[in-house]
Amino acid sequence: MSVLLIAEHNNKEVRPFTYNAITAASQINEDLHVLVLGHQADDVTKSLSEVPNVKKVIHVDNEIYENYIAENYTSAIIKHAENYSHIVSSANTFGKNLMPRIAALLDTSQVSDIIKVISEDTFLRPIYAGNAFATVKSNDKKKCVTIRPTSFDPADKSGGSAEIIKSDPAEASSSTKFLKKEEVKSDRPELGTARIVISGGRGMQNGENFKLISDIADKLNAAIGASRAAVDAGYITNDHQVGQTGKVVVPDLYIAVGISGAIQHLAGMKESKVIVAINKDGEAPIFSVADYGLEADLFEALPQFLSELNKLNTIQK
Amino acid sequence: MKILVAVKRVIDYNVQIRVKEDGSGVVTDNVKMSTNPPDDNAIEEAVKIKEAGKAKEIVAITIGEEKAQETVRKALAVGADRGIHVKVDNVIEPLAVSKILKKIVEKENPDLVFMGKQAIDDDCNQTGQMLAALLNWPQATFASKIEVKDNVLEVTREIDEGLETIEVNVPAIVTCDLRLNEPRYASLPNIMKAKKKPIEQINASDLGVDINPRIEQIKVEEPPKRKAGIKVASVEELVQKLKNEAKVI
Repeated sequence: MSVLLIAEHNNKEVRPFTYNAITAASQINEDLHVLVLGHQADDVTKSLSEVPNVKKVIHVDNEIYENYIAENYTSAIIKHAENYSHIVSSANTFGKNLMPRIAALLDTSQVSDIIKVISEDTFLRPIYAGNAFATVKSNDKKKCVTIRPTSFDPADKSGGSAEIIKSDPAEASSSTKFLKKEEVKSDRPELGTARIVISGGRGMQNGENFKLISDIADKLNAAIGASRAAVDAGYITNDHQVGQTGKVVVPDLYIAVGISGAIQHLAGMKESKVIVAINKDGEAPIFSVADYGLEADLFEALPQFLSELNKLNTIQK
Repeated sequence: MKILVAVKRVIDYNVQIRVKEDGSGVVTDNVKMSTNPPDDNAIEEAVKIKEAGKAKEIVAITIGEEKAQETVRKALAVGADRGIHVKVDNVIEPLAVSKILKKIVEKENPDLVFMGKQAIDDDCNQTGQMLAALLNWPQATFASKIEVKDNVLEVTREIDEGLETIEVNVPAIVTCDLRLNEPRYASLPNIMKAKKKPIEQINASDLGVDINPRIEQIKVEEPPKRKAGIKVASVEELVQKLKNEAKVI
Protein backbone atom coordinates (compact mmCIF):
# COMPACT_ATOMS: atom_id res chain seq x y z
CA MET A 1 0.00 0.00 0.00
CA SER A 2 0.98 3.63 -0.39
CA VAL A 3 2.23 6.28 1.99
CA LEU A 4 0.34 9.52 2.62
CA LEU A 5 2.42 12.52 3.67
CA ILE A 6 0.74 15.58 5.16
CA ALA A 7 2.32 18.73 3.71
CA GLU A 8 3.16 21.70 5.88
CA HIS A 9 2.83 25.02 4.07
CA ASN A 10 1.57 28.59 4.44
CA ASN A 11 -0.71 28.48 1.35
CA LYS A 12 2.03 30.12 -0.72
CA GLU A 13 5.13 28.04 -0.06
CA VAL A 14 5.94 24.54 1.09
CA ARG A 15 7.58 24.68 4.51
CA PRO A 16 11.13 23.32 4.13
CA PHE A 17 10.88 20.32 6.46
CA THR A 18 8.19 18.83 4.23
CA TYR A 19 10.99 18.01 1.77
CA ASN A 20 12.99 16.15 4.44
CA ALA A 21 9.85 14.23 5.41
CA ILE A 22 9.33 13.34 1.73
CA THR A 23 12.76 11.68 1.67
CA ALA A 24 11.94 9.56 4.72
CA ALA A 25 8.42 8.75 3.50
CA SER A 26 9.68 7.52 0.15
CA GLN A 27 12.14 5.25 1.96
CA ILE A 28 9.13 3.61 3.64
CA ASN A 29 7.39 3.06 0.31
CA GLU A 30 8.05 4.57 -3.09
CA ASP A 31 4.37 5.07 -3.83
CA LEU A 32 4.21 8.35 -1.99
CA HIS A 33 1.19 10.65 -2.13
CA VAL A 34 1.11 14.11 -0.58
CA LEU A 35 -2.01 15.69 0.89
CA VAL A 36 -2.28 19.49 0.77
CA LEU A 37 -5.01 20.99 2.92
CA GLY A 38 -5.11 24.71 2.30
CA HIS A 39 -6.84 27.73 0.91
CA GLN A 40 -5.75 29.05 -2.46
CA ALA A 41 -2.61 26.99 -2.16
CA ASP A 42 -2.15 26.18 -5.85
CA ASP A 43 1.50 27.24 -5.76
CA VAL A 44 2.06 24.72 -2.99
CA THR A 45 0.49 21.83 -4.88
CA LYS A 46 2.40 22.79 -8.03
CA SER A 47 5.73 22.80 -6.17
CA LEU A 48 5.02 19.44 -4.60
CA SER A 49 3.97 17.90 -7.93
CA GLU A 50 7.44 18.75 -9.25
CA VAL A 51 9.20 16.72 -6.55
CA PRO A 52 10.40 13.52 -8.28
CA ASN A 53 9.71 11.37 -5.19
CA VAL A 54 6.04 12.37 -5.13
CA LYS A 55 3.69 10.18 -7.18
CA LYS A 56 0.43 12.01 -6.57
CA VAL A 57 -0.73 15.24 -4.92
CA ILE A 58 -4.17 15.43 -3.38
CA HIS A 59 -5.40 18.98 -3.03
CA VAL A 60 -8.26 19.98 -0.75
CA ASP A 61 -9.05 23.67 -1.09
CA ASN A 62 -11.31 25.32 1.44
CA GLU A 63 -11.19 28.39 3.64
CA ILE A 64 -11.41 26.18 6.74
CA TYR A 65 -7.82 25.14 5.92
CA GLU A 66 -6.48 28.68 5.57
CA ASN A 67 -5.01 28.44 9.05
CA TYR A 68 -3.72 25.17 10.37
CA ILE A 69 -6.13 23.76 12.92
CA ALA A 70 -5.42 20.15 13.93
CA GLU A 71 -9.11 19.35 14.39
CA ASN A 72 -9.97 20.43 10.83
CA TYR A 73 -6.95 18.75 9.32
CA THR A 74 -7.71 15.49 11.13
CA SER A 75 -11.24 15.05 9.81
CA ALA A 76 -9.98 15.54 6.25
CA ILE A 77 -7.03 13.16 6.66
CA ILE A 78 -9.20 10.43 8.19
CA LYS A 79 -11.34 10.49 5.02
CA HIS A 80 -8.30 9.52 2.96
CA ALA A 81 -6.60 7.20 5.45
CA GLU A 82 -8.21 3.95 4.34
CA ASN A 83 -6.23 3.94 1.09
CA TYR A 84 -2.87 4.09 2.82
CA SER A 85 -0.64 1.87 4.93
CA HIS A 86 1.24 4.80 6.48
CA ILE A 87 0.33 8.37 7.38
CA VAL A 88 3.44 10.50 7.91
CA SER A 89 4.46 14.07 8.69
CA SER A 90 7.47 15.91 10.01
CA ALA A 91 8.07 15.81 13.77
CA ASN A 92 8.09 19.57 14.27
CA THR A 93 5.36 21.50 16.08
CA PHE A 94 3.14 21.01 13.00
CA GLY A 95 3.30 17.21 12.95
CA LYS A 96 3.57 16.79 16.71
CA ASN A 97 0.30 18.62 17.16
CA LEU A 98 -1.49 16.78 14.38
CA MET A 99 -0.40 13.16 14.07
CA PRO A 100 -1.49 11.79 17.49
CA ARG A 101 -5.00 13.07 16.85
CA ILE A 102 -5.09 11.07 13.62
CA ALA A 103 -3.46 8.01 15.17
CA ALA A 104 -5.94 7.81 18.05
CA LEU A 105 -8.91 7.89 15.66
CA LEU A 106 -7.31 5.12 13.59
CA ASP A 107 -6.60 3.17 16.81
CA THR A 108 -2.91 3.17 15.97
CA SER A 109 0.04 3.52 18.32
CA GLN A 110 2.10 6.30 16.76
CA VAL A 111 5.84 6.05 16.19
CA SER A 112 7.19 9.54 16.95
CA ASP A 113 10.27 11.32 15.70
CA ILE A 114 12.04 8.61 13.71
CA ILE A 115 15.64 9.17 12.65
CA LYS A 116 15.99 6.12 10.39
CA VAL A 117 13.73 3.89 8.32
CA ILE A 118 14.85 0.28 8.82
CA SER A 119 11.91 -1.33 7.03
CA GLU A 120 8.23 -0.61 6.36
CA ASP A 121 7.39 -1.38 9.98
CA THR A 122 10.68 -0.88 11.86
CA PHE A 123 12.25 2.44 12.74
CA LEU A 124 15.00 3.96 14.85
CA ARG A 125 14.04 6.75 17.23
CA PRO A 126 15.79 8.65 20.01
CA ILE A 127 14.45 8.45 23.57
CA TYR A 128 15.54 10.17 26.79
CA ALA A 129 16.60 13.34 24.99
CA GLY A 130 18.69 11.34 22.53
CA ASN A 131 20.67 9.58 25.26
CA ALA A 132 19.41 6.25 23.95
CA PHE A 133 18.26 5.03 20.54
CA ALA A 134 15.36 2.58 20.37
CA THR A 135 14.66 0.26 17.45
CA VAL A 136 10.90 -0.20 17.37
CA LYS A 137 8.57 -2.31 15.26
CA SER A 138 4.98 -1.23 14.79
CA ASN A 139 2.47 -4.07 14.74
CA ASP A 140 -0.50 -1.89 13.87
CA LYS A 141 -2.08 -2.48 10.46
CA LYS A 142 -2.02 1.20 9.67
CA LYS A 143 1.00 3.15 10.84
CA CYS A 144 1.27 6.76 11.90
CA VAL A 145 4.84 8.03 11.85
CA THR A 146 6.46 11.40 12.44
CA ILE A 147 9.89 12.12 11.03
CA ARG A 148 12.74 14.06 12.59
CA PRO A 149 13.43 16.29 9.59
CA THR A 150 17.08 17.00 10.31
CA SER A 151 17.89 13.29 10.15
CA PHE A 152 16.97 13.12 6.45
CA ASP A 153 18.23 15.15 3.50
CA PRO A 154 15.64 17.28 1.73
CA ALA A 155 14.22 15.68 -1.43
CA ASP A 156 15.05 17.08 -4.87
CA LYS A 157 12.57 19.78 -5.76
CA SER A 158 12.38 19.59 -9.52
CA GLY A 159 12.11 17.13 -12.37
CA GLY A 160 8.90 15.40 -11.36
CA SER A 161 5.39 15.81 -12.69
CA ALA A 162 2.98 14.13 -10.33
CA GLU A 163 -0.71 14.21 -11.04
CA ILE A 164 -2.71 16.69 -8.92
CA ILE A 165 -6.19 15.61 -7.96
CA LYS A 166 -8.80 17.68 -6.17
CA SER A 167 -10.72 16.34 -3.23
CA ASP A 168 -13.58 17.60 -1.08
CA PRO A 169 -13.18 19.12 2.37
CA ALA A 170 -14.41 17.41 5.51
CA GLU A 171 -16.44 19.03 8.27
CA ALA A 172 -14.87 21.87 10.24
CA SER A 173 -14.65 21.96 14.02
CA SER A 174 -16.76 24.61 15.69
CA SER A 175 -14.87 24.40 18.98
CA THR A 176 -11.47 25.67 17.91
CA LYS A 177 -10.85 29.10 16.46
CA PHE A 178 -7.60 30.52 15.12
CA LEU A 179 -6.99 34.01 16.50
CA LYS A 180 -3.50 35.09 15.50
CA LYS A 181 0.06 34.09 14.73
CA GLU A 182 3.04 36.14 15.85
CA GLU A 183 5.74 35.17 13.44
CA VAL A 184 9.24 36.48 13.92
CA LYS A 185 10.43 37.66 10.52
CA SER A 186 14.13 37.43 9.85
CA ASP A 187 16.40 37.69 6.83
CA ARG A 188 18.65 35.05 8.32
CA PRO A 189 18.50 31.38 7.32
CA GLU A 190 15.96 29.24 9.17
CA LEU A 191 17.33 27.70 12.33
CA GLY A 192 16.26 24.19 11.38
CA THR A 193 17.97 24.18 8.00
CA ALA A 194 20.88 26.63 8.38
CA ARG A 195 24.41 25.45 7.51
CA ILE A 196 25.85 27.33 10.47
CA VAL A 197 24.15 28.01 13.80
CA ILE A 198 25.53 30.23 16.56
CA SER A 199 23.71 29.97 19.89
CA GLY A 200 23.84 31.93 23.10
CA GLY A 201 23.02 30.82 26.61
CA ARG A 202 22.64 32.24 30.07
CA GLY A 203 26.24 33.45 29.86
CA MET A 204 25.08 36.20 27.48
CA GLN A 205 23.66 37.93 30.59
CA ASN A 206 21.04 39.98 28.72
CA GLY A 207 19.25 40.45 25.42
CA GLU A 208 21.40 43.36 24.24
CA ASN A 209 24.51 41.21 24.41
CA PHE A 210 23.01 38.95 21.73
CA LYS A 211 24.23 41.67 19.36
CA LEU A 212 27.68 40.07 19.74
CA ILE A 213 26.13 36.86 18.41
CA SER A 214 24.12 38.48 15.64
CA ASP A 215 27.18 40.33 14.31
CA ILE A 216 28.94 37.01 13.84
CA ALA A 217 25.76 35.41 12.46
CA ASP A 218 25.64 38.17 9.82
CA LYS A 219 29.25 37.54 8.89
CA LEU A 220 28.80 33.76 8.60
CA ASN A 221 25.23 33.83 7.22
CA ALA A 222 24.31 31.76 10.26
CA ALA A 223 21.03 31.22 12.09
CA ILE A 224 20.80 32.25 15.73
CA GLY A 225 19.94 29.71 18.39
CA ALA A 226 19.60 29.84 22.16
CA SER A 227 19.43 27.61 25.20
CA ARG A 228 16.21 27.35 27.16
CA ALA A 229 17.79 29.36 29.95
CA ALA A 230 18.35 32.30 27.58
CA VAL A 231 14.78 32.13 26.26
CA ASP A 232 13.29 31.80 29.75
CA ALA A 233 15.32 34.81 30.88
CA GLY A 234 13.78 36.81 28.05
CA TYR A 235 17.04 37.44 26.16
CA ILE A 236 15.53 36.13 22.91
CA THR A 237 12.22 34.76 21.57
CA ASN A 238 11.12 31.13 21.86
CA ASP A 239 11.49 30.32 18.16
CA HIS A 240 15.28 30.30 18.70
CA GLN A 241 15.31 27.56 21.33
CA VAL A 242 17.45 24.53 20.59
CA GLY A 243 16.97 21.41 22.68
CA GLN A 244 14.82 18.46 23.73
CA THR A 245 11.63 20.51 23.77
CA GLY A 246 12.77 23.14 21.27
CA LYS A 247 14.29 22.63 17.85
CA VAL A 248 16.72 19.94 16.82
CA VAL A 249 19.46 21.27 14.56
CA VAL A 250 22.16 19.43 12.62
CA PRO A 251 24.24 22.16 10.97
CA ASP A 252 27.73 21.76 9.52
CA LEU A 253 28.94 24.10 12.26
CA TYR A 254 27.33 24.76 15.64
CA ILE A 255 28.88 27.42 17.86
CA ALA A 256 27.70 27.34 21.49
CA VAL A 257 28.49 30.52 23.37
CA GLY A 258 27.97 30.83 27.11
CA ILE A 259 25.98 27.60 27.14
CA SER A 260 26.87 25.11 29.87
CA GLY A 261 25.47 22.14 27.97
CA ALA A 262 22.58 20.65 29.95
CA ILE A 263 21.41 17.23 28.67
CA GLN A 264 18.29 18.94 27.32
CA HIS A 265 20.30 21.37 25.19
CA LEU A 266 22.71 18.70 23.93
CA ALA A 267 19.67 16.75 22.72
CA GLY A 268 19.02 19.49 20.20
CA MET A 269 22.49 19.95 18.73
CA LYS A 270 24.90 17.12 19.43
CA GLU A 271 24.48 15.56 15.97
CA SER A 272 25.94 18.72 14.40
CA LYS A 273 28.94 17.97 12.20
CA VAL A 274 31.39 20.35 13.90
CA ILE A 275 30.74 21.79 17.35
CA VAL A 276 32.53 24.77 18.86
CA ALA A 277 32.09 25.69 22.51
CA ILE A 278 33.10 29.04 23.97
CA ASN A 279 32.72 29.10 27.74
CA LYS A 280 34.72 30.49 30.62
CA ASP A 281 34.02 27.41 32.76
CA GLY A 282 36.48 24.78 31.59
CA GLU A 283 34.45 22.07 33.33
CA ALA A 284 31.20 22.90 31.49
CA PRO A 285 29.59 19.74 30.00
CA ILE A 286 29.36 21.44 26.59
CA PHE A 287 33.11 20.78 26.16
CA SER A 288 32.45 17.02 26.23
CA VAL A 289 30.70 17.22 22.84
CA ALA A 290 32.79 20.04 21.34
CA ASP A 291 35.28 19.39 18.54
CA TYR A 292 36.91 22.71 19.36
CA GLY A 293 36.65 24.13 22.83
CA LEU A 294 37.75 27.62 23.77
CA GLU A 295 37.92 28.36 27.47
CA ALA A 296 37.49 32.12 27.47
CA ASP A 297 35.34 35.03 28.51
CA LEU A 298 32.80 35.36 25.72
CA PHE A 299 32.78 39.16 25.99
CA GLU A 300 36.43 39.16 24.93
CA ALA A 301 36.27 36.14 22.61
CA LEU A 302 33.29 37.18 20.46
CA PRO A 303 34.67 40.56 19.31
CA GLN A 304 38.01 38.84 18.59
CA PHE A 305 36.19 36.11 16.70
CA LEU A 306 34.50 38.72 14.53
CA SER A 307 37.75 40.53 13.82
CA GLU A 308 39.51 37.24 12.92
CA LEU A 309 36.64 36.43 10.55
CA ASN A 310 36.99 39.88 9.00
CA LYS A 311 40.64 39.10 8.28
CA LEU A 312 39.75 36.06 6.17
CA ASN A 313 39.77 36.57 2.42
CA THR A 314 36.87 34.25 1.81
CA ILE A 315 34.12 32.82 3.95
CA GLN A 316 31.91 29.95 2.83
CA LYS A 317 28.31 31.03 2.83
CA MET B 1 -15.03 24.38 36.77
CA LYS B 2 -13.26 21.12 37.45
CA ILE B 3 -9.76 20.41 36.18
CA LEU B 4 -8.20 16.99 35.77
CA VAL B 5 -4.40 17.05 35.62
CA ALA B 6 -2.42 14.05 34.42
CA VAL B 7 1.08 13.55 35.82
CA LYS B 8 3.73 10.97 34.99
CA ARG B 9 6.62 9.60 37.03
CA VAL B 10 9.84 9.61 34.99
CA ILE B 11 13.59 9.40 35.54
CA ASP B 12 14.65 12.77 36.95
CA TYR B 13 15.72 15.24 34.28
CA ASN B 14 19.18 15.62 35.81
CA VAL B 15 20.05 11.93 35.73
CA GLN B 16 22.58 10.76 33.16
CA ILE B 17 20.79 7.90 31.39
CA ARG B 18 22.52 4.51 31.21
CA VAL B 19 21.52 1.92 28.63
CA LYS B 20 21.27 -1.70 29.86
CA GLU B 21 23.91 -3.98 28.47
CA ASP B 22 21.38 -6.50 27.16
CA GLY B 23 19.73 -3.77 25.05
CA SER B 24 16.37 -4.20 26.76
CA GLY B 25 16.02 -0.62 27.95
CA VAL B 26 17.61 1.89 30.27
CA VAL B 27 18.66 1.39 33.88
CA THR B 28 15.90 2.47 36.28
CA ASP B 29 16.95 0.62 39.46
CA ASN B 30 18.21 2.98 42.15
CA VAL B 31 17.76 5.93 39.84
CA LYS B 32 16.16 9.15 41.07
CA MET B 33 12.61 9.53 39.79
CA SER B 34 10.44 12.64 39.75
CA THR B 35 7.42 14.21 38.10
CA ASN B 36 7.77 14.82 34.37
CA PRO B 37 8.80 18.52 34.31
CA PRO B 38 6.00 20.02 32.14
CA ASP B 39 3.45 18.07 34.21
CA ASP B 40 4.54 20.29 37.12
CA ASN B 41 3.59 23.28 34.96
CA ALA B 42 0.19 21.66 34.31
CA ILE B 43 -0.49 21.31 38.04
CA GLU B 44 0.74 24.83 38.73
CA GLU B 45 -1.56 26.31 36.10
CA ALA B 46 -4.57 24.44 37.48
CA VAL B 47 -3.77 25.68 40.99
CA LYS B 48 -3.44 29.27 39.73
CA ILE B 49 -6.82 29.04 37.97
CA LYS B 50 -8.36 27.72 41.19
CA GLU B 51 -6.74 30.48 43.22
CA ALA B 52 -8.22 33.02 40.80
CA GLY B 53 -11.64 31.63 41.68
CA LYS B 54 -12.23 30.13 38.26
CA ALA B 55 -12.04 26.47 39.24
CA LYS B 56 -13.62 24.60 42.13
CA GLU B 57 -11.77 21.32 42.13
CA ILE B 58 -8.47 19.90 40.89
CA VAL B 59 -8.05 16.16 40.52
CA ALA B 60 -4.56 14.79 39.87
CA ILE B 61 -4.24 11.47 38.11
CA THR B 62 -1.31 9.21 37.37
CA ILE B 63 -1.05 5.88 35.63
CA GLY B 64 1.77 3.58 36.61
CA GLU B 65 3.25 1.18 39.14
CA GLU B 66 2.77 1.51 42.90
CA LYS B 67 5.40 4.22 43.32
CA ALA B 68 3.83 6.43 40.65
CA GLN B 69 1.57 7.59 43.50
CA GLU B 70 4.42 9.84 44.64
CA THR B 71 3.70 12.16 41.73
CA VAL B 72 0.04 12.44 42.74
CA ARG B 73 1.08 13.08 46.34
CA LYS B 74 3.34 15.90 45.13
CA ALA B 75 0.47 17.39 43.12
CA LEU B 76 -1.73 17.25 46.24
CA ALA B 77 0.98 19.07 48.18
CA VAL B 78 0.98 22.01 45.76
CA GLY B 79 -2.79 22.35 45.63
CA ALA B 80 -4.67 19.50 43.95
CA ASP B 81 -7.71 18.43 46.00
CA ARG B 82 -7.69 14.70 45.49
CA GLY B 83 -5.90 12.06 43.51
CA ILE B 84 -6.48 9.03 41.33
CA HIS B 85 -3.90 6.32 40.75
CA VAL B 86 -4.57 3.87 37.94
CA LYS B 87 -2.33 0.89 38.51
CA VAL B 88 -0.55 -0.81 35.65
CA ASP B 89 2.37 -3.21 35.99
CA ASN B 90 4.19 -2.51 32.77
CA VAL B 91 5.07 0.54 30.75
CA ILE B 92 2.14 1.32 28.46
CA GLU B 93 1.99 3.33 25.25
CA PRO B 94 0.42 6.81 24.94
CA LEU B 95 -2.55 5.33 23.05
CA ALA B 96 -3.29 3.06 26.03
CA VAL B 97 -2.77 5.96 28.45
CA SER B 98 -5.25 8.08 26.54
CA LYS B 99 -7.81 5.25 26.54
CA ILE B 100 -7.51 4.97 30.32
CA LEU B 101 -7.76 8.75 30.71
CA LYS B 102 -10.90 8.76 28.54
CA LYS B 103 -12.56 6.31 30.95
CA ILE B 104 -11.62 8.51 33.89
CA VAL B 105 -12.86 11.65 32.11
CA GLU B 106 -16.21 9.95 31.47
CA LYS B 107 -16.47 9.15 35.17
CA GLU B 108 -15.19 12.48 36.55
CA ASN B 109 -16.64 14.88 33.95
CA PRO B 110 -13.94 17.55 34.20
CA ASP B 111 -14.22 20.74 32.16
CA LEU B 112 -10.52 20.82 31.41
CA VAL B 113 -7.76 18.26 31.24
CA PHE B 114 -4.18 19.53 31.60
CA MET B 115 -0.92 17.66 31.18
CA GLY B 116 2.67 18.24 30.09
CA LYS B 117 3.25 18.48 26.36
CA GLN B 118 5.76 15.65 26.32
CA ALA B 119 7.20 13.09 28.71
CA ILE B 120 10.96 13.34 28.92
CA ASP B 121 11.44 9.57 28.99
CA ASP B 122 9.84 8.28 25.79
CA ASP B 123 9.70 11.78 24.21
CA CYS B 124 6.50 10.74 22.39
CA ASN B 125 4.43 13.94 22.64
CA GLN B 126 1.14 12.14 21.94
CA THR B 127 -1.12 11.60 24.95
CA GLY B 128 -2.96 14.94 25.12
CA GLN B 129 -3.72 15.02 21.41
CA MET B 130 -4.87 11.39 21.48
CA LEU B 131 -7.16 11.98 24.44
CA ALA B 132 -8.64 15.02 22.69
CA ALA B 133 -9.32 12.89 19.61
CA LEU B 134 -10.93 10.05 21.57
CA LEU B 135 -13.20 12.49 23.43
CA ASN B 136 -13.77 14.62 20.32
CA TRP B 137 -12.68 17.65 22.35
CA PRO B 138 -10.62 20.58 21.07
CA GLN B 139 -6.90 20.56 21.83
CA ALA B 140 -4.55 23.39 22.69
CA THR B 141 -1.04 21.96 22.65
CA PHE B 142 2.32 23.45 23.76
CA ALA B 143 0.59 26.18 25.77
CA SER B 144 2.71 29.02 27.13
CA LYS B 145 -0.24 31.18 28.22
CA ILE B 146 -3.80 30.32 29.17
CA GLU B 147 -6.62 32.79 29.72
CA VAL B 148 -9.85 31.43 31.11
CA LYS B 149 -12.91 33.27 29.81
CA ASP B 150 -16.56 32.28 29.96
CA ASN B 151 -16.60 28.71 28.68
CA VAL B 152 -13.70 29.37 26.36
CA LEU B 153 -9.95 29.35 26.79
CA GLU B 154 -7.62 31.62 24.93
CA VAL B 155 -4.35 29.76 24.60
CA THR B 156 -1.01 30.97 23.29
CA ARG B 157 0.93 28.09 21.75
CA GLU B 158 4.66 27.80 21.19
CA ILE B 159 5.21 26.85 17.56
CA ASP B 160 8.28 26.67 15.32
CA GLU B 161 7.60 30.04 13.72
CA GLY B 162 6.93 31.86 17.00
CA LEU B 163 3.63 32.06 18.84
CA GLU B 164 0.07 31.24 17.85
CA THR B 165 -3.11 32.11 19.73
CA ILE B 166 -6.23 29.99 19.46
CA GLU B 167 -9.56 29.91 21.23
CA VAL B 168 -11.02 26.59 22.30
CA ASN B 169 -14.43 25.86 23.75
CA VAL B 170 -14.65 24.09 27.10
CA PRO B 171 -14.39 21.13 27.60
CA ALA B 172 -10.86 21.07 26.23
CA ILE B 173 -7.46 19.44 26.55
CA VAL B 174 -4.41 21.62 27.13
CA THR B 175 -0.83 20.37 26.96
CA CYS B 176 1.62 22.59 28.76
CA ASP B 177 4.98 24.01 27.80
CA LEU B 178 7.72 24.63 30.38
CA ARG B 179 7.30 28.37 29.84
CA LEU B 180 3.66 28.39 30.94
CA ASN B 181 4.55 29.30 34.53
CA GLU B 182 7.05 28.78 37.33
CA PRO B 183 5.99 25.73 39.37
CA ARG B 184 5.98 26.39 43.11
CA TYR B 185 7.58 24.24 45.74
CA ALA B 186 5.36 22.54 48.28
CA SER B 187 5.66 23.93 51.80
CA LEU B 188 6.22 21.50 54.66
CA PRO B 189 2.75 22.08 56.19
CA ASN B 190 1.18 21.47 52.79
CA ILE B 191 3.19 18.28 52.33
CA MET B 192 1.81 17.11 55.70
CA LYS B 193 -1.74 18.09 54.74
CA ALA B 194 -1.39 16.30 51.40
CA LYS B 195 -0.84 13.04 53.25
CA LYS B 196 -4.45 13.23 54.41
CA LYS B 197 -5.92 13.97 51.00
CA PRO B 198 -7.57 10.94 49.38
CA ILE B 199 -6.03 8.99 46.49
CA GLU B 200 -8.42 6.58 44.82
CA GLN B 201 -6.79 3.44 43.48
CA ILE B 202 -8.11 1.79 40.35
CA ASN B 203 -6.73 -1.24 38.53
CA ALA B 204 -6.33 -0.58 34.84
CA SER B 205 -7.61 -4.10 34.18
CA ASP B 206 -10.97 -3.11 35.71
CA LEU B 207 -11.51 -0.32 33.18
CA GLY B 208 -12.12 -2.62 30.22
CA VAL B 209 -9.73 -0.98 27.80
CA ASP B 210 -7.13 -2.59 25.57
CA ILE B 211 -3.74 -1.52 26.87
CA ASN B 212 -1.65 -4.19 25.16
CA PRO B 213 1.45 -2.88 23.39
CA ARG B 214 1.25 -2.36 19.65
CA ILE B 215 4.88 -1.43 19.28
CA GLU B 216 7.66 -3.92 19.91
CA GLN B 217 10.81 -2.48 21.34
CA ILE B 218 13.45 -4.54 19.56
CA LYS B 219 16.49 -3.02 21.18
CA VAL B 220 17.74 0.03 22.99
CA GLU B 221 21.32 1.10 22.41
CA GLU B 222 23.64 3.96 23.18
CA PRO B 223 23.88 6.60 20.52
CA PRO B 224 27.17 6.74 18.63
CA LYS B 225 29.76 8.62 20.68
CA ARG B 226 31.40 11.75 19.31
CA LYS B 227 35.12 11.48 18.99
CA ALA B 228 36.96 13.54 21.57
CA GLY B 229 37.63 17.12 20.59
CA ILE B 230 40.46 19.45 21.46
CA LYS B 231 40.81 22.68 23.37
CA VAL B 232 42.20 25.59 21.42
CA ALA B 233 44.30 28.24 23.11
CA SER B 234 43.07 31.31 21.30
CA VAL B 235 40.39 32.73 19.04
CA GLU B 236 42.98 32.95 16.28
CA GLU B 237 43.71 29.24 16.53
CA LEU B 238 39.97 28.49 16.56
CA VAL B 239 39.36 30.39 13.34
CA GLN B 240 42.37 28.74 11.66
CA LYS B 241 41.11 25.26 12.66
CA LEU B 242 37.61 26.00 11.39
CA LYS B 243 38.99 27.31 8.12
CA ASN B 244 41.79 24.84 7.39
CA GLU B 245 41.07 21.66 9.37
CA ALA B 246 37.28 21.40 9.64
CA LYS B 247 36.81 23.47 6.47
CA VAL B 248 33.41 24.76 7.58
CA ILE B 249 33.93 28.51 7.16
